[in-house]
Amino acid sequence: MNNSVSNTARLLGAGLRALLVLTVVTGVLYPLAVTGAAQALFRDQANGSRVEADGRVVGSSLIGQSYTLPPAPGRETPAPDPKWFQGRPADGLGENTLNTRYRLLLSGATNLAADNPELVERIRAAQTAVIEDNSVPGHTVERSDVPADAVTSSGSGLDPHISPAYAALQVPRVARNNGLPVEQVGKLVEKHTEGRTLGFLGEPRVNVLELNIALEELASRS
Amino acid sequence: MGPVTAGVLQALALIGALALAHIPLGNHMVRVYTSPRHLRIEKWIYRGIGADPDTEMRWPAYLRGVLAFSFAGVLFLYLLQRLQGVLPGSLGFDSVAPAQAFNTAASFVANTNWQSYYGEQTMGHVVQTAGLAVQNFVSAAVGMAVAVALVRGFARARTGELGNFWSDLVRGVTRVLVPLAVVGALILVACGVVQNFSGIHEVGQFTGGVQQWNGGAVASQEVIKELGTNGGGYFNANSAHPFENPTPFSNLFEIFLILLIPVALTRTFGLMVGSVRQGYAVLATMAALWIGFVALMMWTEFAHPGPAPQAAGGAMEGKELRFGIGGSSLFAVTTTLTSTGAVNSFHSSYTGFGGGITMLGMMLGEIAPGGVGSGLYGMLIMAVVAVFIAGLMVGRTPEYLGKKIGPREIKLAALYILITPALVLVFTSLSMALPTPPDSMLNPGAHGFSEILYAFTSAANNNGSAFAGLNADTDWFNTTTGLAMLLGRFLPMVLVLALAGSLAAQQPVPATAGTLRTEKPMFSGLLAGAVLIIVGLTYFPALALGPLAEGLA
Repeated sequence: MNNSVSNTARLLGAGLRALLVLTVVTGVLYPLAVTGAAQALFRDQANGSRVEADGRVVGSSLIGQSYTLPPAPGRETPAPDPKWFQGRPADGLGENTLNTRYRLLLSGATNLAADNPELVERIRAAQTAVIEDNSVPGHTVERSDVPADAVTSSGSGLDPHISPAYAALQVPRVARNNGLPVEQVGKLVEKHTEGRTLGFLGEPRVNVLELNIALEELASRS
Repeated sequence: MGPVTAGVLQALALIGALALAHIPLGNHMVRVYTSPRHLRIEKWIYRGIGADPDTEMRWPAYLRGVLAFSFAGVLFLYLLQRLQGVLPGSLGFDSVAPAQAFNTAASFVANTNWQSYYGEQTMGHVVQTAGLAVQNFVSAAVGMAVAVALVRGFARARTGELGNFWSDLVRGVTRVLVPLAVVGALILVACGVVQNFSGIHEVGQFTGGVQQWNGGAVASQEVIKELGTNGGGYFNANSAHPFENPTPFSNLFEIFLILLIPVALTRTFGLMVGSVRQGYAVLATMAALWIGFVALMMWTEFAHPGPAPQAAGGAMEGKELRFGIGGSSLFAVTTTLTSTGAVNSFHSSYTGFGGGITMLGMMLGEIAPGGVGSGLYGMLIMAVVAVFIAGLMVGRTPEYLGKKIGPREIKLAALYILITPALVLVFTSLSMALPTPPDSMLNPGAHGFSEILYAFTSAANNNGSAFAGLNADTDWFNTTTGLAMLLGRFLPMVLVLALAGSLAAQQPVPATAGTLRTEKPMFSGLLAGAVLIIVGLTYFPALALGPLAEGLA
């Protein structure tokens, strides 16, 4: 009995020592080496691919943000600013519930099922809003024109991209609100449309932040 | 080019890359697990452990090593989380509550990486890097070690000896996982995955105001999360988060990393048992299942049946635009046919059938190609069952790779197959029968049941993905999924090692004209049939209540 207890203790000791030694290798040396190499070779990417405009950091090219008007009294959610291209909905983003002294950028999806009536309702409401926001005199948006990415929340809630179709749909509204010709804004969207990597990886897309930065430049020049 | 063509081309590119890469890696792993020489760093590690890497172990000793090491892992990771509040370098985050700390410790040690916590607001740098990421390495190395021990059971004769656990564990880390991870991490950083030790800091926004980011050693953790088929995300959104998976290329690269070692291990197996074609026969079954699942998934997701995808005009809820439906379907199938559980899109919002396909993938036991190590030993157990069934049909004593499958061997294999379904179905029914656990469901109807079935399927199979609407951070789910993960990981390992021991002790029987040729395509077909029929019969009633009911409604 005593013997088996001491054997077990010896074995657990070996297990613990193995864990500690391997923690030093894979939990200390490895991440430090990778961080060192990453900071030396790919400094921008390793620190979040920040984007600057007018000499100040305006976010990351990888992280979607909202382009809204200042919150109006009596409204729970701030309204989208019609001057700017809008990204995808982000209904799955939560609020800090832990360590609440921070207001960290969180990520998340809605996780609503394909047959959940609540999701169907949200999609319908989002379509109605997209139609309302983007129909300008002389240009009416139809429900069938609204692409899927405009009315669905992404997996992270931080999707930085929209489809070329959703960007094109917003062009008349954005042109009107910036006092720019529609063709010029349309060209800008085309210029910022990225095709599939190597022709077959991923989907064609438009980076909303980069597009809005270019739009601001264009508007300030004209 | 349409999105369907692009999706198919991505699948083909993946197959091509794996066809090239698995050969050198498979050959390398043979040397890793058979070479008598130790590297200098390994000698230091053995001295630190106080173990002699050259002693041969019989299966009980090998198992005791696995269990002692894993128990130490659970204990250490639990304490690290419980002490987070007082540890420096933790961003000032609080300690993790006991039930959740147990769940997370069990989860990462069991190679599951089920997460009932919110990554970016719960775990600081120390727990992520020195706790969670460490288990991503070592739990993968344990899986590979057990698989190699089983392969030795087939390869060796008239000995009970299966190798040395400490040596297999350490070499898996130093010669396979770390070198691949360093290269992979830098490729991911180049794509845009972050890698720093910044504290919480503010970054300006376009329309004014600021975002608060927590930096972190994300790339170094992301790479081993995929390579070791672990799946625990640094951030809540896992590989859907742009800082974990920024581009379509990084997406395909991460899928490649998930499949790399499990595929290469089939070659290692073939070479170690003296016939590389035996390895490829097993790989053929894995590949056929994977391709079939990818085809089904792409079909249902592109066709997007169901009220919400129909209303939206596409199944894009929970999916990132840069990956699209093709890149998301590939990831979803790969993560659930291996024991990974990382997600680049949220399975709960997939079409009804799409969600069912992810569940069925896990239910198959994650063997196509499965987790690192666990995929190979899971498939070899199925091979034992398949030759047994074939033996019954022709009335011969079944044998596999020259080893007789007698009563003891088939009992161990049958028990192995029973453990996971028992855990899944018992815990699911308990959760449905008790009054409070169903309160955790987010969605109504059949999908709510699917959330709970998914949770225990994922936990007991050591996957870790979720129908994430389920609020799993309750004492009930933290405790029961924690138990399901530990039992679903270590009970099968006991049986695998016992089987390995009894195989290694046998004298091989010479092949005759009546021997089933297990290196032929017919055997690959028999194996695929055995997998589908055995699993289909076990889980069909539960699937009918959940995803099938949803998909057919």
